[in-house]
Amino acid sequence: MSMIVGQPLDRKDGKLKVTGAAPYAGEFVVPGLVYGVTIQSTITKGHINNIDTTVAQKLKGVLGVMTYKNAMSLHQPTGSDPSSGKFAEKDLLPLQSERIFYNGQHIAVVIAETFEIAEYAASLIKVDYNEEKSVSDIHDPEAKPYQPQQGLGGTSPQAKRGNTDEVLNNAAVKLEQTYTTPVYHHNPMEPHTTTAFWEDDELTVYDSTQGVFGVQNLLSNVLGIPKNKVRVISPFIGGGFGSKGFTWANAFLAPMAAKFINRPVKITLARSFQMFTCAGRRTTTIQKINLGADSNGKISAGKHETTSETSFVDEFVENAGVATKILYDIPNLDIVQNLVRLNRGTPCPTRAPGEAPGTYAFEVAMDELAEKLNIDPLQLRLINYAEKNPVDGKEFSGKNLKECYEKGAAAIGWKDRSDKPSANKQGRYLTGYGMATATYPANRSKASVRLKLYQEGNAVAACCTQDIGTGTYTVMAQLMADALGLPFEKVEFKLGDSTFPQGPNSGGSQTMATTGPAVRAAALEAKSKAIQLAIADKKSPLYNVEESAIGVENGRLYVINNNAKGETYTQLLSRNKMPLIDVNATTDVTLKDGEKSAAANANAKKEPDNPFAKQDEKMDREKYVFHSFGAHFVKVKVDSLTGMVKVEKIASAMDIGKILNEKTAKSQIMGAAIFGIGMALMEGSVYDPNTGRIVTKDLADYHVPVHADMPEFDVQFTDKPDYNISLVGARGAGEIGITGITAAIANAVYNATGKRVRELPITPDKLI
Amino acid sequence: MHPFTFIKAGDNNTAIKAATENAASKFIGGGTNLVDLMKMNIEKPDKIIDINILPLKEIKKLSNGNILIGALVTNSDLAYNEMIRNKFPVLSEAILAGASAQLRNIATTGGNLLQRTRCYYFYDTATPCNKREPGSGCSAINGYNRIHAVLGTSDKCIATHPSDMCVAMAALDAIIHVQGINGERKIMFSDFHTLPGDHPEIENILQKGDLITAVEIPALSFAKNSAYVKVRDRASYDFALASAAVALDINNGIIKNARIALGGVATKPWRATEAEQALIGKQVSANSFKDAADIALKNSKELKFNSYKTELAKRTLISALNKIGGIA
Repeated sequence: MSMIVGQPLDRKDGKLKVTGAAPYAGEFVVPGLVYGVTIQSTITKGHINNIDTTVAQKLKGVLGVMTYKNAMSLHQPTGSDPSSGKFAEKDLLPLQSERIFYNGQHIAVVIAETFEIAEYAASLIKVDYNEEKSVSDIHDPEAKPYQPQQGLGGTSPQAKRGNTDEVLNNAAVKLEQTYTTPVYHHNPMEPHTTTAFWEDDELTVYDSTQGVFGVQNLLSNVLGIPKNKVRVISPFIGGGFGSKGFTWANAFLAPMAAKFINRPVKITLARSFQMFTCAGRRTTTIQKINLGADSNGKISAGKHETTSETSFVDEFVENAGVATKILYDIPNLDIVQNLVRLNRGTPCPTRAPGEAPGTYAFEVAMDELAEKLNIDPLQLRLINYAEKNPVDGKEFSGKNLKECYEKGAAAIGWKDRSDKPSANKQGRYLTGYGMATATYPANRSKASVRLKLYQEGNAVAACCTQDIGTGTYTVMAQLMADALGLPFEKVEFKLGDSTFPQGPNSGGSQTMATTGPAVRAAALEAKSKAIQLAIADKKSPLYNVEESAIGVENGRLYVINNNAKGETYTQLLSRNKMPLIDVNATTDVTLKDGEKSAAANANAKKEPDNPFAKQDEKMDREKYVFHSFGAHFVKVKVDSLTGMVKVEKIASAMDIGKILNEKTAKSQIMGAAIFGIGMALMEGSVYDPNTGRIVTKDLADYHVPVHADMPEFDVQFTDKPDYNISLVGARGAGEIGITGITAAIANAVYNATGKRVRELPITPDKLI
Repeated sequence: MHPFTFIKAGDNNTAIKAATENAASKFIGGGTNLVDLMKMNIEKPDKIIDINILPLKEIKKLSNGNILIGALVTNSDLAYNEMIRNKFPVLSEAILAGASAQLRNIATTGGNLLQRTRCYYFYDTATPCNKREPGSGCSAINGYNRIHAVLGTSDKCIATHPSDMCVAMAALDAIIHVQGINGERKIMFSDFHTLPGDHPEIENILQKGDLITAVEIPALSFAKNSAYVKVRDRASYDFALASAAVALDINNGIIKNARIALGGVATKPWRATEAEQALIGKQVSANSFKDAADIALKNSKELKFNSYKTELAKRTLISALNKIGGIA
């Protein structure tokens, strides 16, 4: 039987997207829809003395102006786990007080018949502030670092093993360097947008979110209405990259405004300013790395101390040392995390939070250490290769990193690299090579799926999860098709609606690894039920045949060693007068670096009734650590005269278990590598040194890579199924690609130029 | 956006009359900069005069060999024009180094001359800016000024002129044809844009109602040996950190004549005549190019975040000179 899983199929929703027919959250036409435009504070700390809305209110078409004086009261959100809904700024529910905690904080919503009127009215509102002295930069002496005890999902951001200080002191070769990364903004193509309408006491919300279930939970919580009165819909997401993993004020402001004027209201954040102030960011990191090694390159001790920023209204920890714990076999290791509160909006996860900036600093440090040791950087990684999890000695569920190193090195032509920097020069152009290890945890959590196998010979499954552009619609359909024995065209996977059974939020690269096994279990059970129906049916050609002797292909059930004997799902179900077979499956397996998430502990494990889910759940996972690895190899060309860097080629080899769809998987790695080009060479948000207000406030000033920056990409996979994580065999693909890549580029730039820029981004001015 | 009325002008005189009558009026060509500024509440015209049907879309060769470019010729049409590509490659290269294909397809020659600065603070109505609100102060001088000018600045404004096209035109001694309420006149390119001085809100010498009708590029035999080099934070779709437009007349390795203009580092398209003079009579060599670059930037005034621009502009200029001089 030819498998559909594994094929590089085009996206199910590809045509919808390129023709503009895919309905994104901001595109739903609701009768009577009006528009909300939010106004943001222009001071960085203080409070509002007065908001003068009189001129704006008088404009024809203005329906209302909502401020802290007249907005409905909100309830404090109860949860803080993204899986059940995390409001990004727990101490700053919107429009509840006159206090200002950061520049760009929402202070009012103007609601009008048209977007244009709302915009114009917003420009006529006068705000009088009482300004106080703010702390808006991580380097500000007033910014006082402290050590947070809890990171994302309840994990500890501090870690210690062995006797680091002493071993470091006595090491034959030592390295100490500090690296900084700037603020990065996610900049999804689709801005945050919410459309809300009330029908009596029932609320419907179209929201662009990475966690539909979480938004439903939060809205119920914060607005104080029962959960079954809130429906959240989000069928397509134009990118999130973590910024839509937490929920932001817009998700509350739209239903508040809709209630305020009794009309459906849409609020979309403006690209300019708003997407840079009230929709999250990756924080600045200052990372100090210490490494100690013997002269053969065996690393005996390491220290990774990070300082990152958070706000005064919530705590977010960019735990840059998180990957350092697991990357190499380093017996003595300290991971230290400091946090500084600033008058800025709250940071939030950005594609591989912690791992992305952390692997930049650590993997550049490895490059520097290799140079000190006069060892090839790839060789240094092999010398310190971790066969088992260095944290607890557990086996990896599947680790084929050495194969990744081999594939990547061959693809880039690593043998052409000179150990001596700036040795490869043609005219004024310098060529350099760099590499780095990539790593990201293989997360999985709970998912429920409902699947209907119809008499017509098609199947539809539904789960309240998301497709954030990664290909969930497509890959889940591939799993369904194989498990049910139906053609790809005859299966449909539905998502993004809170009326569907609960699925995972799309964060931590877990959507596919979590939803996939539940889809598989549901599909297999539906097929099994059909087979059992046939076996028990005297009129069926399969009557009394052993279940194990029956196959299903192309919608037809048949005897495996006698293909002629069989019938279709349609024949079987019509004869039995069954319009459909309806099954549910829940898989509840929570992996988090061997820890249980807070959410998983809180929810008592329910015994699944689906035998295929049971088969998946009963596997012993305690003895494994679930983590993906990979490697990036980069070739750059630098104009030594002008300092302009051109990334010529990126060769990435990833070990992420079974590849369900090579095309969408490659797109994830390629897209993440493009993020890495941005991080390494051009992205970085800047705040005014005097006022703390965002300076790089749009896509003209905040530079993301464009087509002309694109190198040749060579993405390869080991494609080795990891049947320890699930019977699907696949680990997540969304984030690992951004880990290590920034370091690989920075290392290549160093190899080309001999200039070690330790403050990202590496713009031309830093290379001349 | 501030509300406005919209009219279409059928001929030059109607357009000019309408613009003269209304103090807060603006012509619209491609609108690629104006509409952005209107959305950001920086430009708030009461009246928009659409000039797109005026007969200003031709590129023609005059009897004296000069080339006359209609004000409504799009950046794309100009950049890909055969005469321009062959005789004035610097102009074609400069235009293609700017914006994106989509913008160039609609942006016009006249409009490009009037592009306004991309200073962060000019674009942020919540911050003081002398160019936007005269007398309110400059947020950039003591603020984040990485992209700002080192040449032609004043204590009121350090905003760069953003155009690439204008840098090439400055090097080529272009002549701007203007029609106003009192008839037609010609303005030398170097006179057209003004330095910020005490009045950064004034950016050129146009009078109320003046309509740019054409740009004339004088024939220049050695302009075929010309190039534009632009250094920026990414490979495309970005304003210059530094750029250089260069044309050299070289005979037996000796520079007979030179044209140099700089972009990205000055408050107006920056002609470097002293550097040109320094090259005349010199041999094509790394040394003479370096000397010229030093002269071009000798008056550079650096601030906290833009101090790199002096060196970067020199290197950019050397890169352009190398290209024409045949130095690898």
